[in-house]
Amino acid sequence: MKIIVCVKQVPDTNEVRLDPKTGTLIREGVPSIINPDDLCGIEAALRLKDEYGCHVTAVSMGPPQTDVALREALAMGCDEAYLVSDRAFGGADTWATSSTLAGAIKKLGYDLIITGRQAIDGDTAQVGPQIAEHLGIPQVTYAQDIEKTEGNALIVQRQYEDRYQKIKIKCPALVTALSSLNKPRYMSVAGVVSAYDTKEVKTLTFEDLKEFVKEENIGLKGSPTKVKKSFPKQVKAQGVKHEVDEDDAVEIIVKKLKEHFVI
Amino acid sequence: MTENILVICEQRDGKFQKVSMELIGKARQLIEKKQGQKVVALLMGDKIAELAQDLVNHGADRVVYVDNPALKDFMTEPYTKAACAVLKSENPDMVLVGASSIGRDLAPRIAARLKTGLTADCTTLEIDDETGELLMTRPAFGGNVMATIICPDHRPQMATVRPGVMVALEPQTKTGEIVDFDVAFETSDSNVEILETVMIAKETKDITKANILVSGGRGIGNNFAPLKELADVLGGEVSASRASVDAGIAYKDMQVGQTGKTVRPDVYFAFGISGAVQHTAGMEEATLIFAINKDATAPIFDVADVGIVGDAHKIIPKLVNRIKKEKNL
Repeated sequence: MKIIVCVKQVPDTNEVRLDPKTGTLIREGVPSIINPDDLCGIEAALRLKDEYGCHVTAVSMGPPQTDVALREALAMGCDEAYLVSDRAFGGADTWATSSTLAGAIKKLGYDLIITGRQAIDGDTAQVGPQIAEHLGIPQVTYAQDIEKTEGNALIVQRQYEDRYQKIKIKCPALVTALSSLNKPRYMSVAGVVSAYDTKEVKTLTFEDLKEFVKEENIGLKGSPTKVKKSFPKQVKAQGVKHEVDEDDAVEIIVKKLKEHFVI
Repeated sequence: MTENILVICEQRDGKFQKVSMELIGKARQLIEKKQGQKVVALLMGDKIAELAQDLVNHGADRVVYVDNPALKDFMTEPYTKAACAVLKSENPDMVLVGASSIGRDLAPRIAARLKTGLTADCTTLEIDDETGELLMTRPAFGGNVMATIICPDHRPQMATVRPGVMVALEPQTKTGEIVDFDVAFETSDSNVEILETVMIAKETKDITKANILVSGGRGIGNNFAPLKELADVLGGEVSASRASVDAGIAYKDMQVGQTGKTVRPDVYFAFGISGAVQHTAGMEEATLIFAINKDATAPIFDVADVGIVGDAHKIIPKLVNRIKKEKNL
C-alpha cells in the first residue's frame, strides 16, 4: 500500500503575540513547526507501515525552507519526501493549493492519502477535502482512529460534535487526521542521521507537474479568493485592572455581579 | 445567475443544527441590500419534507429540499452531488454553510467541484456598497489578525460560519415557497459504508447555551473542582482554554476559542487564562468579562471589563463562600 502524507510547515501560532502599541504581529522568534494535526497524520501512516509494511511518502507545498519539516518527517520514519515548490505556486488559496497538491500526488501514485484536519495558521480544514475532490476519490474527515481491513480498505472512526461513526472506506481514499488520533513518535537519532545523510528531499516544480495540473489552476491566478485587506484585531476598550488582596477582589467581583443583577 | 443568497441547512436525525437558523437570520440581513432577491434554504435528508416550514418561519423566502434515502445519514458524496445539483439550478450569488464538522467536510468539496472560492469560519459578512461583493472577514494566523476575503470572479461566493457567531431570528408563522427537488442517485454515490454510529453521552452541558461561564486555563493547574463549585453557585457552566484541554484536564467540548467554541454569555470568568488571541476570539463578545490572573501583563486584561491581578486558587473559595452568603445558600 502506498501512503502519501501531506504536511504543512506553520508558525507556532500559540507563540505569536501582538505588539500592544501597534497591534501588529510580532513574527520574530516565532518557531516554525510541523502542523500538529499533520504530525498525527504522519504517525498514523507510520503505524500502518510498521504493521503492514506500507510505503510512506511525505509531501509538502511551500517555500524552500519547508525542507526542514520534510527532513523531520523522514527522521520520524517516512520513506520518501517531496517538496512541491515553485514561484508559480505562490499566492495560492485552498482551491489552488489543493489542485497543485493533487497534481503532485497523481504523479507520485497513491492508495491512501492522509492529511491533517486543519492547519493552525489558517484553520480552514479545506485542503484535504479539496485534494480528494480534485482526485475524484472518497474521503473521511475528522478521523480519530484508523484501522486497515481486508480488500485494501480502512475502517475509520469519524468524529462529530455529538457522535462518532465507524466508516468503511475503500482505497484509493483520503482521510483527514485529528490530533486525538495518536501521539506522534519522536525522531530517532538514527532517523535524523539518515534524514540528512542517506535520504533526500526531492523538489517538484511546476515543470515536473505540467502533465498533472493546468497552469490556470495554480498560484494566485488559480485562486478564486483574494485577500482584500488584513488588519490587526480590534482590542476592546480596556476595563479596570485591580491589584488588590483576595478579600477586596471578592468584593469587587460581587459588587459588579450585583450591578448586573447576576446575584 | 440570480442575486439570491442560499443557506445550506443542516439537520441530524430530523433536528436542525441551530447554526442553520443563525445563517438564515444573517442572510435576511444581507438581502436587504439586494432588493427583490430571495433567501433560499437548501434542506437535504431522508423524510425531511415536513421540516421545510420551520426554515420559512425562521426567515427563508424559498426552501428547496432534496428528500431521498441516499441522504439518510451524512455522507460526503451524495450530499455534495445533491447540493451541487441544486446550486446549479438555483444559481445563487452567495452560499452560506454552517462550519460544523459536517459543513466543513461538505463545503470544501462543493467549492472544489464548482470551481469557486470558499472562505472558512467567517466572523463578519457584509456586502460591499460599491461592488455588491460579499466581504468575508475571518481570523487568520491563529486569530492574531483579521483578513477580509473576496471572491471576485467566481460564483457563488461561498462562506462557512461557526455556530454562535450570527443571531437567528425569532420564528414567526410565515408563508414561503417550498420546492421538492429531485436528484437521481446511483449506488456508486454511496462510496463509503457507515458500519456503526455511537452517540456520545454529554458529560458537560453545551457551553454555548450557558448564561454564565466559569473558565479555567493553564494557571488553574489540574484541579477544575473549585471552578465547578463557583459555576454551581452561580448557575453557570465550566469551560476551558486550549491549554487545559490539550493537557487533558478539560474535555474538548468545554473549549472556548478559535479552535473551540464561540460563546457570548452574560458573564464570563477567565481564571488563570493568559488570553492568547486564540482564546479571546471565542469569548470577547461576552457582556461582562472578569479576568483573574497572577501575571499583570497577561493579554486577557485587554479584553476584560474587570481585571484582578491575583491568585485564582485563593480567590475562588472566598468568592464561592461570599456568593453563597449573598444568596442565603
